[in-house]
Amino acid sequence: MKLGFLVDLNLCMGCKGCEVACKVENEVPLSSWRLRVKYIDVGVFPDASRNFTPLRCNHCENAPCERICPVSALHYLENGIVNIDNERCIGCAGCMMACPYGAIYMDPETNTADKCTYCAHRIESGMMPACVVACPVEANIFGDVEDDTSHIARYIMEHQGGIQVRKPEKHTDPKHYYVGGGNQTLNPLAHERIEGYGLFNNITHLDHVGDPHHSILDRFLAPFAGHKKADNKSFMDFDQAKAEESHEQEGGH
Amino acid sequence: MLEHGIDATRAVVTMDVALPGIIWGWMITLNMWAKSIGTGVILIGAYLLYRHKKEEMPNLRWLMPLISFIALNVFLLFTLVDLHQPLRMINIFLHPNWTSAITVGAWMASLFTLLVTIMMVIGAFDAFPEFRRHCALAKTAREHSAFYEKIFPFVVFLAIPVTLYTAIIMAESSARDLWQAPTEMMQMLLAAFMAGSAALIFISGEWSKEARKDLALVLAMAVFFSFTMYMGEYFFSFKSAEAEATLEYVHAGGEYNVQFWLAMILGFVIPFFLAVSSMKSENKTLLRFAAVLALVGLYLAKDVWLKIPQMLPLS
Repeated sequence: MKLGFLVDLNLCMGCKGCEVACKVENEVPLSSWRLRVKYIDVGVFPDASRNFTPLRCNHCENAPCERICPVSALHYLENGIVNIDNERCIGCAGCMMACPYGAIYMDPETNTADKCTYCAHRIESGMMPACVVACPVEANIFGDVEDDTSHIARYIMEHQGGIQVRKPEKHTDPKHYYVGGGNQTLNPLAHERIEGYGLFNNITHLDHVGDPHHSILDRFLAPFAGHKKADNKSFMDFDQAKAEESHEQEGGH
Repeated sequence: MLEHGIDATRAVVTMDVALPGIIWGWMITLNMWAKSIGTGVILIGAYLLYRHKKEEMPNLRWLMPLISFIALNVFLLFTLVDLHQPLRMINIFLHPNWTSAITVGAWMASLFTLLVTIMMVIGAFDAFPEFRRHCALAKTAREHSAFYEKIFPFVVFLAIPVTLYTAIIMAESSARDLWQAPTEMMQMLLAAFMAGSAALIFISGEWSKEARKDLALVLAMAVFFSFTMYMGEYFFSFKSAEAEATLEYVHAGGEYNVQFWLAMILGFVIPFFLAVSSMKSENKTLLRFAAVLALVGLYLAKDVWLKIPQMLPLS
């Protein structure tokens, strides 16, 4: 059994229902995401279009995050899911450096690495991942890619030649496929992040990894003394002027 | 390729979440820099002991492990404090994942530090026979003085993988194309030669001219080859689109451009000429100045090379 995911980008309408469902199901903290839908505008008016690309962990068969994790906090389940054990994670961020898809984040509440697990806890109970259930157009297709009769396997066979994975040159053998994607949506080097073009949100880069209010000393004392619970407001204390200045220095990508 | 570039696609991200910035920052730079000193003094010390009589370098036996011990502890301290869950560091020993260079490196570095500590204790008590004459530890150390020479070859052998394992961590960081195993391994080795020779220059005041000349030669050779590799990467890096895009952060100007060239000139070009000229003039001050610049430049260069690949959006 090898569980995989397929997103038909021709169907996705960017409603972000999957993103919200994932946040709720997995209690993903603010400033973090397991699944996100990226909006990319392609072309020049009047020949312009808006593309929506849901991005999540690719559950690679040859996962660099699993290889680099020093304590096997990242590990394979028998069904092919790359799972994570937060209790074992030491927070070295090696997995964040290894994942070519940027799918792993440092949870600001637990200060451990976290990511999409294809809702492994739901799979175990015979349910579908929360994002699949939430999708109003059934753009998210999930199942056993090794079972020829499964929906995902049939979908892949029906769209032969049109199936894409992100960054195949990395030899990670992702088990997350796209139909209807293009270079401009799947290749991060083929699109720009320009200041002022963002809808609703001008914050392009986080200014912290993990808990922003957790000093080096706190990291040692927290298991004994605990630490102040991060609330929503703590993630909104953002120095916008400083962020834009540092972002321009970074080359504006 | 033109058809894949932004000019052709005219693709602009209009809505996305905030991306992480620098994940491994100055603490990892300091970690690598200190480790270069810690293993470098052992490697260069071994070379000097092979080439010269130990009487020509009377303080080497105790100062070499002492410098290494201090540098390794700085390295271990910053490795620990960079973890988001530092108290769980023990999991590396309780639940090791042997495919991870972090695990293999942590085990080797711990063993290396233990052996260097033993050498430091024996070396220091031997160097000062009157110091704490009746202390049990001092007595045991002096009684086992020969153990120093017995473990030294093993320590030298172990210094090589301890130097190199960080390069494998960087290579395992497959999201960052700029870091490739062969280049990084050579750069780590050259960094150890640079840092090791530079650190030993400070204690070489009373050594023979020939030994000091050898130190200057090692420093000059290490900075020359390391500089050549950086230039090769900077100007002729056609490995992948991601590596080229990463180098844009330096090519395009800005703070990393200034830091990179400052590192190259301060830490590599000037020390090369200073070390070569000190070999001719036998000027100790010149050589010490070269050593200081090499250590400062090495830190700056490592810092740039660590940070720029992390600025590229991955998704």
